[in-house]
Amino acid sequence: MGEYMLEMNNISKSFPGVKALNDVTLKVRPGSVHALVGENGAGKSTLMKCLFGIHQPDSGDIIFNGEHVNVTSTKQALDLGISMIHQELHPIRFRPVMENIWLGRFPMKGIAVDKKEMIRRTRDLFAEIDLNINPETLAGDLSPSNLQLVEIAKAVSCNAKIIIMDEPTSSLTDNETKHLFKIIKQFQKKGCAVIYISHKMEEILTISDEVTVMRDGSYIGSWPAAGLTTDDIINKMVGRTLTNRFPEKDSVPREETILEVKSLCSPLPRSFQNISFELHQGEILGIGGLVGAQRTELVEAIFGLREIASGEIYKDSQKIEIKSVADAKRHGLALLTEERRATGVFAHLTVLDNTVIASQRRYAWKGVLSDAKRVKAARSMSKNLNVKTPSLDTEMENLSGGNQQKVLIARWLLTQPDILILDEPTRGIDVGAKYEIYTIMLNLVRQGKSVIMISSEMPELLGMADRIMVMCEGRLTGILNRDEADQVSIMRLATKYMN
Amino acid sequence: MNRVQNEKTMPREKYSMIFVIAGLAISVFGFLFRYLFYTGAVYDLPWFLVIIGVFVLAYGALQYAKKEKLGPDVVFSHEKSKTFFLNNALIFALLVLVLVVIFISPNFMKIDVLLDILSQSSIKLIIALGICMTLLIAGPDLSAGRMVGLAAVISTSMLQNPTYANRFFPSMPQVPVILPILLAVAACGLFGALNGFLVAKYNMHPFIATLATQVIIYGACSLYFDLPPNHSQPIGGVRNDFTVLAQYKIGNTISVLIPIAIVVTLLMWFVLNKTVFGKNIYAIGGNMEAARVSGVNVFKTLMGIFIFAGLLYGFGGVLEAARTAGATNQYGNGYELDAIAACCVGGVSLAGGIGKVSGIIVGVLIFTVIQYGLQFINISPMWQQVIKGIIIAVAVAIDLSKYKKVLWH
Repeated sequence: MGEYMLEMNNISKSFPGVKALNDVTLKVRPGSVHALVGENGAGKSTLMKCLFGIHQPDSGDIIFNGEHVNVTSTKQALDLGISMIHQELHPIRFRPVMENIWLGRFPMKGIAVDKKEMIRRTRDLFAEIDLNINPETLAGDLSPSNLQLVEIAKAVSCNAKIIIMDEPTSSLTDNETKHLFKIIKQFQKKGCAVIYISHKMEEILTISDEVTVMRDGSYIGSWPAAGLTTDDIINKMVGRTLTNRFPEKDSVPREETILEVKSLCSPLPRSFQNISFELHQGEILGIGGLVGAQRTELVEAIFGLREIASGEIYKDSQKIEIKSVADAKRHGLALLTEERRATGVFAHLTVLDNTVIASQRRYAWKGVLSDAKRVKAARSMSKNLNVKTPSLDTEMENLSGGNQQKVLIARWLLTQPDILILDEPTRGIDVGAKYEIYTIMLNLVRQGKSVIMISSEMPELLGMADRIMVMCEGRLTGILNRDEADQVSIMRLATKYMN
Repeated sequence: MNRVQNEKTMPREKYSMIFVIAGLAISVFGFLFRYLFYTGAVYDLPWFLVIIGVFVLAYGALQYAKKEKLGPDVVFSHEKSKTFFLNNALIFALLVLVLVVIFISPNFMKIDVLLDILSQSSIKLIIALGICMTLLIAGPDLSAGRMVGLAAVISTSMLQNPTYANRFFPSMPQVPVILPILLAVAACGLFGALNGFLVAKYNMHPFIATLATQVIIYGACSLYFDLPPNHSQPIGGVRNDFTVLAQYKIGNTISVLIPIAIVVTLLMWFVLNKTVFGKNIYAIGGNMEAARVSGVNVFKTLMGIFIFAGLLYGFGGVLEAARTAGATNQYGNGYELDAIAACCVGGVSLAGGIGKVSGIIVGVLIFTVIQYGLQFINISPMWQQVIKGIIIAVAVAIDLSKYKKVLWH
């Protein structure tokens, strides 16, 4: 074995329309913790999925323990000694912890599973990493943090040489994090390595030996953690220059407040709490923050899709109650959801049906639809938004992501909203379509409509929003004006409560 | 492989004219055959030729009328003909079966046979149309068959001849026919509402919600059927002004069930394609979360689906009772599975969101033709079951292979 336990050299990976990884290099020393940092969408997860056999890189090579490897399946990765602990865990909830750990390699006694042996092995395993859990507890009864630790135990049980941890502390308390770090240290002593993905700068500086920074699918560099500060890392993460990716903004928001939210709280303690903000007429209000900042939850609650524990919403200075999507629509709100496939698109219905579904009542008389009116509305709106489709009768799934997104925007514009809430409106679509969506947004504010835009892409927030409201861990950490905001100030607010 | 070389195009006008002319020729030939050379050896073959000719002509005319929408050229390619055969594999299999039956027993070629098949399909079609709505939201309605039985028992119990010895209600006066019918259909609507409530309110899977309702309905129906003085005797002596509803033959040849089924089919086509309710069904079936986010009233739509379906089963049950001039609590047993099978064979996806009225018509007809045809050539009922099962498996396998491409990429 050379200096490194793992070398990923010049890895590139493309998905249709996106270059996800471009010549990325990652070198991990044995017995070290190597932090991998970058903004959302920088390509960290894709890189790790290439290592773990979920994706195959288009080019580049992976050298593990001095040998070239070509990982084509997760099973192969596990056999090699590579384990990955995903951010979202999916245990088999109704089975005991030990079965979750030994699944696929149960200790056997003849043709039967040897339960006693399984309990014994699990006990030994837990003792090894100082974990106090009854092996027979149901996985579903464990706290998220214990689940996380059980996953690590599982990785240890596989004789993993290298463990990938994708934001392992996002649901852990301080004490639980300390416990995790203790386990990581033990792991290091055995000569194993950890690749640690996190947004929490303090944590990274505490636990890691080296830091690799990625940005926009590219490799920025690797540095020993000892010489770095939080600001250093943030600067390296965001340090790109803005090119002309945004249309010229030619209107200014008016004085009138159209929407006011006052101390809105979710009934879930870990979700958004005590959020207050104002939205002006003709304004684009950006909402920034990291994944898990509860931005989506906030706008979905405003739109009547989630419960609100307390707080008030005013529209045009009138207090309004929104308990359902129908209420929200009646008050002139529209929401383009984050997950286009899951909560937006009807893949097997036509473009026409997809376009008019939210505004159907306008084309119906006593429940009977007028095809002429439907087609007219859909045709003019898709022409306005430049939707590219062979015909209105084309099945939605045949359209590109960008055009699907435009259809969904058309769907909401046909409800004639005053306020359009866009949740990650340009995620997963190509640059040209992004530009078109920005143009649509600017046209809307020119007409006096108001836009709330959640975005995890900082250039997008800086390029489009009049004001940027930043959230962290469900709390509002600041509202920046366009002229006082930059990537560093946003990132600082977005990580304010993380440590 | 160069795809362009494999393609041939033809102006749509020419394409449609070929069909119009061919259709005309076949029809005219049929007429001439019937009136000039007819010997009786080929039964009603000339009339079938006329019917086929009319369909071909209609297809050509439709192609002509829709040429703006369909584009100016018809493209033929290897790919396209493959999909065409795949899409219509069932129809071809059916044709082969019909030819085999005709070969064994030529008197299958009679208009009477065709009318028989259509009238036997009618009630099944009405039930299948009800169940298709629930399939569109990915929920097989298991209570359909028992609702048919319930409606049959309720309606006949109140519509017996005053002179009949074993009357269900011995002292019941003559009521207008429509009253018991409405009562029977309304009872089914009520149980449909129970289905809908369980599904919409408690988010219960329709499979289990309707299974529970099915058991309740059968129990309730049996309790009613067992009331003294009837004590679970089959209900007979049904009034003629009721049975005529399903037994009447227009011009002594065409069963009244056929136009009834056509009206219900048109109604269902209209509901599914031209109303907000219908569009909402497809939306919920295609992506329930997206429908919710779009402001579709999911609760109301789910209630509507199950109530409307219940009303259709009830109507089907009433017709079934009138057709057979009687009822027992066993009526309709297993109809839901036949209806679900017919829908699936007709291209309705059990995963929800996909399905057309035309497909359901084909699905129901296929089952009747198979059953009728096999009976016609004296295949044993046991073999009929085996063949029916094979047809379901093969048909759905072919249907799913259409979506394979989508699943793979």
